[in-house]
Amino acid sequence: MEKFSTHTGIGVPLRRSNVDTDQIIPAVYLKRVTRTGFEDGLFSAWRNDESFILNQEPFSRGSVLVAGPDFGTGSSREHAVWALMDYGFRVVISARFADIFRGNSAKAGLVAAQVEQPDVELLWKLLENEPGTEVTVDLQEKTVQAKDLTVPFEIDDYIRWRLLEGLDDIGLTLRHEDAIDAFERSRPAHKPVTTA
Amino acid sequence: MGRTLAEKVWDQHLVRKGEGQEPDLLYIDLHLVHEVTSPQAFDGLRLAGRGVRRPDLTLATEDHNVPTLDVLAPIADPVSRTQVETLRKNCEEFGVRLYPMNHAEQGIVHVVGPQLGLTQPGTTVVCGDSHTSTHGAFGAMAFGIGTSEVEHVLATQTLPLKPFKTMAINVHSTDGRLRPGVTSKDVVLAIIAQIGTGGGQGYVLEYRGNVIENLSMEARMTICNMSIEAGARAGMIAPDETTFAYLKGRDHAPKGAEWDEAVAAWRELRTDDDAVFDAEVDIDADALTPFVTWGTNPGQGLPLGESVPDPEAIVDENERVAAEKALAYMGLEAGQPLRSIKVDTVFVGSCTNGRIEDLRAAAGILDGRQIAEDVRMLVVPGSMRVRFQAEEEGLDKVFTAAGAEWRSAGCSMCLGMNPDQLAPGERSASTSNRNFEGRQGKGGRTHLVSPLVAAATAVRGTLSSPEDLS
Repeated sequence: MEKFSTHTGIGVPLRRSNVDTDQIIPAVYLKRVTRTGFEDGLFSAWRNDESFILNQEPFSRGSVLVAGPDFGTGSSREHAVWALMDYGFRVVISARFADIFRGNSAKAGLVAAQVEQPDVELLWKLLENEPGTEVTVDLQEKTVQAKDLTVPFEIDDYIRWRLLEGLDDIGLTLRHEDAIDAFERSRPAHKPVTTA
Repeated sequence: MGRTLAEKVWDQHLVRKGEGQEPDLLYIDLHLVHEVTSPQAFDGLRLAGRGVRRPDLTLATEDHNVPTLDVLAPIADPVSRTQVETLRKNCEEFGVRLYPMNHAEQGIVHVVGPQLGLTQPGTTVVCGDSHTSTHGAFGAMAFGIGTSEVEHVLATQTLPLKPFKTMAINVHSTDGRLRPGVTSKDVVLAIIAQIGTGGGQGYVLEYRGNVIENLSMEARMTICNMSIEAGARAGMIAPDETTFAYLKGRDHAPKGAEWDEAVAAWRELRTDDDAVFDAEVDIDADALTPFVTWGTNPGQGLPLGESVPDPEAIVDENERVAAEKALAYMGLEAGQPLRSIKVDTVFVGSCTNGRIEDLRAAAGILDGRQIAEDVRMLVVPGSMRVRFQAEEEGLDKVFTAAGAEWRSAGCSMCLGMNPDQLAPGERSASTSNRNFEGRQGKGGRTHLVSPLVAAATAVRGTLSSPEDLS
């Protein structure tokens, strides 16, 4: 995973709450067996509508999505994160994220920055009044800055550290393989196995 | 201070306590796998030269893509076929047991685990599917994970996780029963309407109270299944005699002395009297009537006797905008009685309501009746076992005599990854779990309902409950 410290890019105001993962990428796009190439599925139903924000310049070149609360609800599909990243997004800002989406983002290297709803409203107004405004997200300082507006964001400290360092989760866990071995030796005999 | 059920199961699976900001490392007892969220995980293993640490704690099935008609022919959609074939190759290469299409044990992953007796009290269960919360009905801690985590569990049989908060959902009624025509589906839809689609974020929900204690295992699974629709990581119900009776004798349930040992351990899996939940919610089940959704998220639901809400009356701006968009998408008018809404399709099935009791409930309504002329009804059993059981009981005959289609097992129209989809603008009453825009097919409109409401709706052609039938 690539290290993330700061990112600057065009902010995209998405004035919708409960953006579920079926909207981010519908199930028909999940049939692929590859890890990349999901950008065409991103918001595919909404992109049929000419007035949709990503169909407008300069928002189509955006890389910081500013969405309403409860972003990423629903299915566990990590394809939702991959689709956002394949399209070019590096950061999603929302007042509340669904837990699985938040976890998936952390694994794939997308920053899910939790910003208070009143600050999201300020960002929306700024980005709508001045389309093309660049937003800088500083993971070290945990701030979102656009023009003269700077607002703080929340992110789990451990996730932040992993993203800053660009560390592979499995590698980190395997440092504790002895503990896993020891735990396995102590498991009760009545626990089920799938093969018996 | 005492501990909650969730905290006890967590503690029993602690491989290593995290230091400082580090997450805990939790052991996973059962990893269920399907074709959609696993191919990139197996690829990751290959790239890193890693194997599957515990194939004997891993089980795969084909469910999301599989057709429910012409199941003996090769899958017509080449992309779906490739995904299913990829799972077969991966399971072969990594030594994972797979129940493929047409195998007697094939079915929706969350129906298969419990019916085999693999889902047991006090276990940790994960799957690359958000409805893994279903298994919490047994007092397991079960939650959905993304593909990176699937790879992590395949490689290490563990997951790094920060402890969840706990929320008690107390469901009570005077006599501990639900009113006639009210099911556990109505209970969970009412819970989600009350706490919202984000209400459970960061929490494990524990469903408690006299109503929950009197529910069958299948009804409990329906409730736990939809915990994720309230945003929760997992939903749990303390195991009791109902749980033990369900498990006894199942293929993978403990036998002999191990059974006694297991039951003794399972009896400890209860929230202590002096334990404190981080949050509590009370549901008055005496007041519950059949519930349906009117909008495009599972929290947008109301009792069937009410009318489509007026967005103007909603104070919160985000919710008002969401309601306006939902009504526009659903093609509904504020103030329209929910009972007046006409449907084109009725879907009975899914990991929420595709088990034998659900089919019996729907068949009970349809027996001796005909579905409305312009309604299409699909009945899709959750697994091949459910299908065989239903056929043994003659339920398939009841469905087909009523004019419904009797299909083979899979996820089907719940998410429309196979050919079972709504056409644009088509409206369904569905026993599944999500009414998101386009979930059942591009432009399709979904009303979430119980199996009883689904069957009554099929007969009348408009959203109905059994009491509407003469």
